[in-house]
Amino acid sequence: MTTTEEKATTETRTADRSELGICALLLVLGVLVLTDAIRIPTDFAQRGPVGPKAVPVVVGIGLLVVAVLLARDVLRGVRGESETGEDVDLAAPADWRTVLMLSGAFLANAALIGVVGFPISGAVLFWGAAYALGSRNLVRDPLIAAALSIATYLVFNNLLGVPLPGGPLMEVL
Amino acid sequence: MDSLTQLIDGFGTALTPANLLLAALGVLLGTFIGVLPGIGPAMAVALLLPVTYGLDPVAAMIMFAGIYYGGMFGGSTTSILLNTPGESASVVTAIEGNQMAKRGRGSQALAAAAIGHFVGAMAGTIAIVLLAPAVASLAVDLGAPDYFAVMVLAFIAVTSVLGRSRVRGFASLLIGLTLGLVGLDEMTGQSRLTFGSLELSDGIDVVVVAVGLFAVGEALWVASRLRHTSGEPIPVGRPWLGRDDLRRTWKPWLRGPLIGFPFGAIPAGGAEIPTFLSYATEKRLSKHRSEFGSGAIEGVAGPESTASASASGTLVTMLTLGLPTTATAAVMLAAFQQYGIQPGPLLFQRETDLVWGLIASLFVGTVLLLVLNLPMAPVWSKLLRIPRPYLYAGILFFASVGAYAVSGQVIDLIVLFVIGALGFAMRRYGLPVLPAILGVILGPAAEQQMRRALQISDGSLTGLVNTAFSVTVYVIVAAVLLWPLIRRFLPRRSADRPDREEVTAS
Repeated sequence: MTTTEEKATTETRTADRSELGICALLLVLGVLVLTDAIRIPTDFAQRGPVGPKAVPVVVGIGLLVVAVLLARDVLRGVRGESETGEDVDLAAPADWRTVLMLSGAFLANAALIGVVGFPISGAVLFWGAAYALGSRNLVRDPLIAAALSIATYLVFNNLLGVPLPGGPLMEVL
Repeated sequence: MDSLTQLIDGFGTALTPANLLLAALGVLLGTFIGVLPGIGPAMAVALLLPVTYGLDPVAAMIMFAGIYYGGMFGGSTTSILLNTPGESASVVTAIEGNQMAKRGRGSQALAAAAIGHFVGAMAGTIAIVLLAPAVASLAVDLGAPDYFAVMVLAFIAVTSVLGRSRVRGFASLLIGLTLGLVGLDEMTGQSRLTFGSLELSDGIDVVVVAVGLFAVGEALWVASRLRHTSGEPIPVGRPWLGRDDLRRTWKPWLRGPLIGFPFGAIPAGGAEIPTFLSYATEKRLSKHRSEFGSGAIEGVAGPESTASASASGTLVTMLTLGLPTTATAAVMLAAFQQYGIQPGPLLFQRETDLVWGLIASLFVGTVLLLVLNLPMAPVWSKLLRIPRPYLYAGILFFASVGAYAVSGQVIDLIVLFVIGALGFAMRRYGLPVLPAILGVILGPAAEQQMRRALQISDGSLTGLVNTAFSVTVYVIVAAVLLWPLIRRFLPRRSADRPDREEVTAS
């Protein structure tokens, strides 16, 4: 996956077959949808001629067909065009370390929010994500994270009426 | 006349001090988020959804109208001052607008864009007032087969008209439809794709899908390829227009809505095609044709007015048929559903206060947008310097807030992450995001309509094509599907193409 992608869709020589992963994903999804659909009982509670099975079966078959068509496309050398953007550098190799660290920060919030409350878990998320993305200011980063997190908590929870878990920190304050 | 009195009632709702404040807040927040580099209108609206959760539906809709127009407007500032359009609607603006900014005419470019937005939104909103009730009363007679046909058209149009690869479009659509299947079947209560999980029985919340695909997916994707030298925004003063510029811009402003509004109303990709058309039209009609490519003000005024009118056109289809034609509209529809409001022809009968309050707030928001943004442009342009780590950390932060606020469950954060990872992979391999989001939102509705139609016809497939309307729609579907074949037999019109290719290549 470290090879540089060609923007041209007809480029054949790069040996990048990682897009087949998408085909595999579609295939797995298709099988999942179909096996789940088969298990749905249709003999009772059905209203009308078309039961709850029909659409999953169609979608499942569709997924399988598209997986095959896409695989054919990829093997012929047609590449999906990566999305461009303001801050995206397509010439650079994929930076998996950043993505993993970012995912870590994100999941840390999910793991912590019920335990320590949003003001702390949100700050961990923001600081962790900023760190992952290359910000290394050890004074400003945590301060911004804490301020943003507490302000967001107060605005949502107290002002807008959208409840967020306060955790032990808010009980103390 | 009836709609006029209702509109006046709507203004009564929109102009109360509290609601006026909400509209102003919505416009400011929408512009603030929309101006930030890397955030298109769809993500801006998705990220700001939770702000309105605690409000009652009418107040939420009023604030949302401001967010919608503000978010649409914000992108133009970014493209003019940074030359890096965040989304397809402002690609065209960047061409001339950034050239103007480089030549020291950034203030005029921003003014032409802001007033263009104002004119486009005004004309577009007036068109909503005139057309939407009529469309709604026609649409009341539509039955299940008609709705199903229209939804099929929407699916086919987003996968075939947009993007370069149909296979990838369909792959994206099917992923969306699969996500939409999760939960209990509405008609029989059978669980589908829940794998015994109680949390999944409620289905995956559309807001979580939207925030995951647009915000988390984008943040992860950018993080994997972060450009470490971001472009320097061009400093700019207060927007203003001289007499000469006004003479050159008033016609493009007025022509914009004529092109933008109809395109916004049909499922053909929102503002992308009409802004290109507007650009080409202005270039052809301009007396200053030689300036095009090096900062012609008509090339900013026309497309911006077009883009904003197309945003209004989108609202007609969404409010009267419940059919979103752009990603932003899809997120808006998710917001409606969040408040328990089902857009469609009956909305105009059942929720009169809400609809007309919303339409009146569109007028209010448009005026506020102009009044607030002309003086605030220098402030907005400073936002373009935000350090990228903070920007993307902030996107993830608010995405988590939004997903968690939906139902206060940690599992939503996990689902958000999985969908974000999916969004990442889709961006990496060129699968368009719009078909997926449309599949999630319209999939379940389409299934219900299809089953209802077949129930009426007692299982006979003719039940899907027994109205003139549905047959017409399927003919269009067939034409869209067969278009690549048809085009082969048409004589090539190469003379018209260079404009667009030149534009896409830049």
